[in-house]
Amino acid sequence: MRAYFGRRYKLSASHRLHAEALSVEENQAAYGKCNNPHGHGHNYVLEVLTGGPVDEATGMVINLTALDEVMRTKVMERFDHANLNLDPLFVNRVPTTENLCRAVFGLLKDELPAGELEWVRVEETENNFFQCNSAE
Amino acid sequence: MIELTRRATFSSSHFYWNESWSAEKNEQVFGKCANRNGHGHNYTLEVTVAGEPDPVTGFVVDLKWLKDVMEREVLAAFDHRHLNLEVPEFAKAIPTTENIAIATWTRLEPAVTAARGARLSRVRVYETPEIFAEYRGEA
Repeated sequence: MRAYFGRRYKLSASHRLHAEALSVEENQAAYGKCNNPHGHGHNYVLEVLTGGPVDEATGMVINLTALDEVMRTKVMERFDHANLNLDPLFVNRVPTTENLCRAVFGLLKDELPAGELEWVRVEETENNFFQCNSAE
Repeated sequence: MIELTRRATFSSSHFYWNESWSAEKNEQVFGKCANRNGHGHNYTLEVTVAGEPDPVTGFVVDLKWLKDVMEREVLAAFDHRHLNLEVPEFAKAIPTTENIAIATWTRLEPAVTAARGARLSRVRVYETPEIFAEYRGEA
């Protein structure tokens, strides 16, 4: 019996959207105020959905404390209160929320002690969010 | 095809306990949720049905009808109740959020299928704003 278990996490980080391949003017045209030189920050909300059989002994797809621990060690300690542009994953990749979403998916997908990672959703603000089901 | 979702809330108490385990193992796996005196949540239920809008009414289903089905089949049994002690599904199954989603689906699916052209697509149960489980039926 397959079911899904989801959890939301809050993460605060800074970033600057700037593509090295583009000129100054092109960067400003593409990213607007997100291209301002000193960066800015967001309170991101990460929503993680896992899927799998419901364990008969526990009634759970995954124990949320185990999911919390994976999130803490693989994602929160890496990105929370950090500058995303300085992370190795974003050296050659603009830390848009699309790319953050894929990065989080890649950091989590092989680490879950039960169930499978269905998707990761990242809410950058209350009014925009991104969702992906692979790291590619 | 259109998906239509209706939300409802209910407040219940529960605890997590596997009778075939020792007290120590229950506490190790379930943490503070294993407290036999129970605790409670304000749950939010999201029920999604899918179908084509009726050419005359423009409705996939009548929302008032769906509300009544949810109240009769689910909320009347769960709201302001102790799930372990008062809801038959949880005499054996542990009332985790996953199992509440499955029980909600099982309670709603016959009524939705029998009465209207739409089908039940998804049941999502939020235990807190940060924790939810979802069931989409047998694949």
